[in-house]
Amino acid sequence: MKSAQEIFDLLKTKFGDSIIELVSTQPTEPFIIINPTEIDKVCFFLRDDEELLFDNLMNLSGVDDANGKNISDGDGATKIEGGTLSVYYHIESTKLRHKLVLKVSTQREKPDVASVEQIWRHADWHEREAFDLLGINFLNHPDLRRILMPYDWEFGYPLRKDYSNPEFYQGMKVPF
Amino acid sequence: MGLLDKQFSQDSIVIAKVDDLLNWARLSSLWQVGFGLACCAIEMMATSASHYDFDRFGVIPRPSPRQSDVIIISGTVTLKMAIRIKRLYEQMPDPKYVISMGSCSNSGGPYWEHGYHVLKGVDRVIPVDVYVPGCPPRPEALLEGLLKLQDKIRNHSSVKKSA
Repeated sequence: MKSAQEIFDLLKTKFGDSIIELVSTQPTEPFIIINPTEIDKVCFFLRDDEELLFDNLMNLSGVDDANGKNISDGDGATKIEGGTLSVYYHIESTKLRHKLVLKVSTQREKPDVASVEQIWRHADWHEREAFDLLGINFLNHPDLRRILMPYDWEFGYPLRKDYSNPEFYQGMKVPF
Repeated sequence: MGLLDKQFSQDSIVIAKVDDLLNWARLSSLWQVGFGLACCAIEMMATSASHYDFDRFGVIPRPSPRQSDVIIISGTVTLKMAIRIKRLYEQMPDPKYVISMGSCSNSGGPYWEHGYHVLKGVDRVIPVDVYVPGCPPRPEALLEGLLKLQDKIRNHSSVKKSA
């Protein structure tokens, strides 16, 4: 069983600059911020290392940080430019009984994150959901298409903070 | 039902109006599409089960829309599902009836404002005969909705146009 600080030190010596920061000032569990394109290599190590053995991805969730610039487009709606989208990974080891939270932040304009589907198979649908609702592009995902919204949904990603609903979808009025 | 009361003449002949006979036959065996969407479907199943016994009104779930008379829209209609519901409805043979069960199916329910994925009322894609309010409606409410539908069918005339 290892604490977040011990795991952070271990990762820092192994991966260096890919491991950005350990945040433990929040009232939530401490989390480690990692470079979005290196997350797959780090997760491989976390799963397979004898001292860590994180064999279970409990949850993978996307977040729109909405920390960019708000730009009004004239007809009442606002668009967000710049800032980040984040993905949080809650992982645990069922053998060693420890847990860890990882975070990656990626650019809103080009939200690329390395897929962890090869490491934990259940990341498949979780990543499809984050792609569907927030538009996060998981690199090397084998089947990255929408999972909840209709396949022909062309009005963007509904959980982004600057999303606005279309007036009509396939001839059906959408607003109340 | 009143259809057969005191209308036996001699030699076991029953006399009835064609409309009455057809309406009686239709309202007494409303077969529903075996189809449920959300938490309302749990109440619908409870209504079908032994305690409330939908079968005593002749309501039996059918596995195919082509053998069904009524579709109970029991739950949240998402935009993705709305297209499928429309297709199910179109596959049903005439005469066909629709019961909209619960707030979601009536008007979008709690998703009316921020539900980006929810159709705000199933009557935007198919015509509804009876709306059952509730979130979800109790089995008694669904039974009442069915009785209202039976009333509607009972008063149907094949000659006179209904409003």
